[in-house]
Amino acid sequence: MNLIRMYGLFLRHFYLIKGSLPRVLDLIYWPSIQIILWGFISKFFTNYSDYYNNTIGVILTCAILYDFLFRSSISFNMLFLEEIWSRNFTNLFIAPLTTKEIITSLIFTALIRTLIGLVPAIILTSPLFGVSILKLGIPLLFLFLSLYIFGITLGIMVSSGLLRYGPSFENIAWSSLFLLAPLGCIYYPIDILPNFFQILAKVLPLVYIFDEARNILINGSVNYSNIFYAYFLNIIYLCLSIILFYVSFSKAREKGTLINMGE
Amino acid sequence: MDNCLEINSLNKIFNNVEAVKNISFRIKKNEIIGLLGPNGCGKTTTMGMILGLLKPTSGTIFINNKEIEKNKIEILKKINFISPYIELPKKLTVQQNLNIYGKLYGIKNIKKKIEYLCEKLRLNEIIYKITGELSSGQKNRVSLAKAVINDPILLLLDEPTASLDPETGDYVRSFLENYQKEKANSILLASHNMNEVERLCSSIFLMKAGSIIDSGKPKELISKHGRKNLEEVFLKLTRKNEFD
Repeated sequence: MNLIRMYGLFLRHFYLIKGSLPRVLDLIYWPSIQIILWGFISKFFTNYSDYYNNTIGVILTCAILYDFLFRSSISFNMLFLEEIWSRNFTNLFIAPLTTKEIITSLIFTALIRTLIGLVPAIILTSPLFGVSILKLGIPLLFLFLSLYIFGITLGIMVSSGLLRYGPSFENIAWSSLFLLAPLGCIYYPIDILPNFFQILAKVLPLVYIFDEARNILINGSVNYSNIFYAYFLNIIYLCLSIILFYVSFSKAREKGTLINMGE
Repeated sequence: MDNCLEINSLNKIFNNVEAVKNISFRIKKNEIIGLLGPNGCGKTTTMGMILGLLKPTSGTIFINNKEIEKNKIEILKKINFISPYIELPKKLTVQQNLNIYGKLYGIKNIKKKIEYLCEKLRLNEIIYKITGELSSGQKNRVSLAKAVINDPILLLLDEPTASLDPETGDYVRSFLENYQKEKANSILLASHNMNEVERLCSSIFLMKAGSIIDSGKPKELISKHGRKNLEEVFLKLTRKNEFD
């Protein structure tokens, strides 16, 4: 893999963000609003429910983790959509970039984009609600990485659809995570789901990640088997998504989607 | 062995429709070849296959004696493309766009290269402007700069002067003429502007419904078909069988 070429692709998106204050504000605005909203909802639960000892911390931490997942996935998709909207797609695919270089560069760029949006929101939670996600300690890094891998996996899957079907697949890009959210058991234990949905939920790494986040905050202990299952499933889905991307790229070359891709 | 591009029995079928039918042609090093034909005749599909954007149904494409399907990245470093249907990122400045593509094409001294391109393509005044805010003519010059940033041995031009005013169109044609002489590269030009083709191309291939129906030097074709100019030859050949 050529680092300079990957840096070139990173620069394409870095310049875009750097040159536009509204774009930066937009990146920060949605996670902040989301977290403030969940902060108040959590505060309400704290006052009127005794299910959790630490409701505000649990719900808000899960909200932050979910937002991190959501932003990672959307960031990856956005990088692809930007190329379609700007009609630069063909230029990119006739440049001497390997598929590996494209995916790697976009994974790194999506992380930067995600952090720009989420770090200010995380900082806000401490003065506003007295909650610090750092309470999760070292396992927080494992949870974040696991969520990031799954977010990127979804991003690669949706981008495969964009490659294969073109801009008409855009709506799926926006809705993919909303579809998985109920099964991810972000704010509630898996037992809440009907039996059939529990079976589906168990094959998603999200269930193990959010279950572990709640476990750490409520019980103050770490169940590494949850983290292990999450990574195990993540690796399987990531490999599948990369295979899907290669297959979609090959199909796009057969069907001609790469030519004149644009709105 | 001095072919820059060699196409052998190339076919492309989309959903049972033959977009390109068994075409073969060669472009030698240091020559400009025209690819003519009515809309939908297969010119862009052919170019898409040369660029590796489309997978041929059958046939082979060699660039600099290397097959594109087997040496894609190595070949893409040495070729480039311009079309009015694709654009550079609109929100970035001209300088940023050229810097990005300089990196993507692995250009060693990008700053010096951009200075050279600015000089050659009169970009100095617009280098720090946002690409999306430029006029069509300016955008075209920026796209040309991107297309020659890697000194391509083969430059593919799909209607490079479409929608340009006569002065800018003439400027682009002069640039291409001089650039080709200076770099001794090869150019495949798809155009509907017959004067442009007559001026720039040493030979042409005329396509219709996915096939090459005639080829030769512009003057030879005019004389062979007993017409006054290339436009009349084009009309004669492309309308043949359609209104008879």
